[in-house]
Amino acid sequence: MFKKSLLATATTLSIALASTTAFAAGTLDSVKERGHLQCGVTSGVPGFSVPDDKGNWKGLDVDVCRAVAAAVLGDASKVKYIPLTAKERFTALASGEIDVLSRVTTWTLSRDTQLGINFAGVTYYDGQGFLVKKDLGLKSVKELDGATICVQSGTTTELNMADYFRTHGLQHTPVVFDTNEQAATSFDTGRCDAFTTDLSQAYGLRTRMSNPDSVVALPEVISKEPLGPVVRQGDDQWFNIVKWSLNAMITAEELGVTSANVDQKKSDNNPNVQRLLGGSEGLAKGMGIGEDWGYQIVKQVGNYGESFDRNVGMGSPLKIDRGLNAQWNQGGLLYSPPIR
Amino acid sequence: MKYETQKALPPPASTIGVLGWMRKHLFKGPGSSIATLVLGYLAVIWLWPLIDWAFISADWLGTTRQDCSGDGACWVFINQRLDQFLYGFYPEAETWRLDLSFVILMACIGWLVIPRLPAKGPMAVFTLVIFPFIAFVLLSGGFFGLEPVDTHKWGGLSLTLVLAVVGIVAALPFGVLLALGRRSHMPIVRSLSVIYIEIWRGVPLITVLFMASVMLPLFFPEGMDFDKLLRALIGITMFQSAYMAEVVRGGLQAIPRGQYEAADALGLGYWQKMVMIILPQALKLMIPGIVNTFIALFKDTSLVLIIGLFDLLAIMQAAANDPNWIGFATEGYVFVALVFWVFCFSMSRYSQHLEKRLHTGHGAR
Repeated sequence: MFKKSLLATATTLSIALASTTAFAAGTLDSVKERGHLQCGVTSGVPGFSVPDDKGNWKGLDVDVCRAVAAAVLGDASKVKYIPLTAKERFTALASGEIDVLSRVTTWTLSRDTQLGINFAGVTYYDGQGFLVKKDLGLKSVKELDGATICVQSGTTTELNMADYFRTHGLQHTPVVFDTNEQAATSFDTGRCDAFTTDLSQAYGLRTRMSNPDSVVALPEVISKEPLGPVVRQGDDQWFNIVKWSLNAMITAEELGVTSANVDQKKSDNNPNVQRLLGGSEGLAKGMGIGEDWGYQIVKQVGNYGESFDRNVGMGSPLKIDRGLNAQWNQGGLLYSPPIR
Repeated sequence: MKYETQKALPPPASTIGVLGWMRKHLFKGPGSSIATLVLGYLAVIWLWPLIDWAFISADWLGTTRQDCSGDGACWVFINQRLDQFLYGFYPEAETWRLDLSFVILMACIGWLVIPRLPAKGPMAVFTLVIFPFIAFVLLSGGFFGLEPVDTHKWGGLSLTLVLAVVGIVAALPFGVLLALGRRSHMPIVRSLSVIYIEIWRGVPLITVLFMASVMLPLFFPEGMDFDKLLRALIGITMFQSAYMAEVVRGGLQAIPRGQYEAADALGLGYWQKMVMIILPQALKLMIPGIVNTFIALFKDTSLVLIIGLFDLLAIMQAAANDPNWIGFATEGYVFVALVFWVFCFSMSRYSQHLEKRLHTGHGAR
């Protein structure tokens, strides 16, 4: 324990040192000079960043990297993906090995304030949820009173569940397993009434079950895990570029601009669409990138809805509901500040 | 009366052939028979589902997960991903460069291990000194019109082999030097060797890799980008040479004092004594230990997955996380286990063969 905290302190210290001294500014220039973006991703999380049969990286997190590359360099394919483990990710960012970290990273106060990093928005509102068999006809977690629930041991997942059931005065019997896979398998074979984990993972595990269509997620999400892209502190211009690249994807969906219709929409007389696609002079000046940045993002990467659909949504094997990740006017939390 | 020698009768049918063997080894008396039957029954019960899973109900052909019935193993997954498992993210048009390096390496090793072939000395020099440069040029490109390939695109079995071969080839000479240093009479050389060996042996390989990939970059000046693979290779080599040094030292200590004294009496200098008298004898004794270290090193290469390098194991795990192939991790692990076993087992068999061949009567068996 002592060693661990010592290492953590050392890491934090060195990150803080490196981030304040070495890389105060100039990420945009170095990316332009290099000709490609260096993006930190996972070494394989279904739907978020994973190499496909041809070795191309695919996923929701990957699309954020591609959007930034499209905005800055005009070419979404000019990204070098650096697979990182959870432990490495913040040092890789601090040491300048990567320009953006887009790696299922939860936005928390301590990370945001102590590690010398900035979260540039939220790509996916994750949270802990419950999977149940469809034929039970359950509508809410509150109906799970007295249920047996499969869960991975020694995680915050288990504690969150205990807290939630206690605060709502419900009884439950946790059945704990070493890994999420085992917990999911046991749920599948009928050992438990429900299975709980972070929803993004739950959907991935659902595809392995004997009959994925007979398993549904209950609407309650009992913990907050907003995942988003991360940049180094101290380079506000770069921070803005990443933040607005993501916002452009979200805005494009809100305005109904897709990669398919973006060329038609260029002549649309809706001023909001015009501003997104670069029709109004000077908007991108503060970011130091080309006026057509929004057009390039939508054309090459697509809007947020398209990306969500092909990577984790109904167009993918994961079939995750939009849920919290729907647009603000569709009952979700996605709300991009106006591009103007 | 005619006397002629009767032809010798063949041994009774019950003592030769398969039947005889079974009688002798499996059914020698009631106790042995019962044991055979019970164990045989258990073996069938346990093994049958495995054989059924791996071969009979398995799906071999196809391109997507829909081609798998789900009753047995889905080897389609391995089939589809085989290129990635072998070459990582190496550009498809350039994989011949990996193939060529591998073929040259195998040819070199083949030449060295087949006793009949001549010119072992020059061949060894070629393998250890010239081949690494050829392989480096082929793999990373940038010379002779070869397209440069970044090391972050390397992966799969080829990366595993790069790590293992570099580790093995580089660790042995360093190990020998360190072992000689530790047994040296010069105090500074000796204490430096001891400090080096004890420090590196006292640290787990995971820590070494982690330091190399996470902490080290923080100490570099701004803009200095040290290749991650190179960092890992240096870490592995330094770590393994400490272990190798101790194996070599064990071998050196087993050589009787008389050999050293005889060499001294002949008026040989230190290096002549070592290279011509001591090391040839010692290395022979060290074979099991050295191969043991090599096998351990080969398996240890899979630890690089904790620093985000895609060796064979890591790339399989990534592939098993592809939403299109989720749920086929078992097949992947079986495949990876098989590949690792083939390499480790070959090394082990070759070392046994070498021991027999080099057993020239040094000491009693």
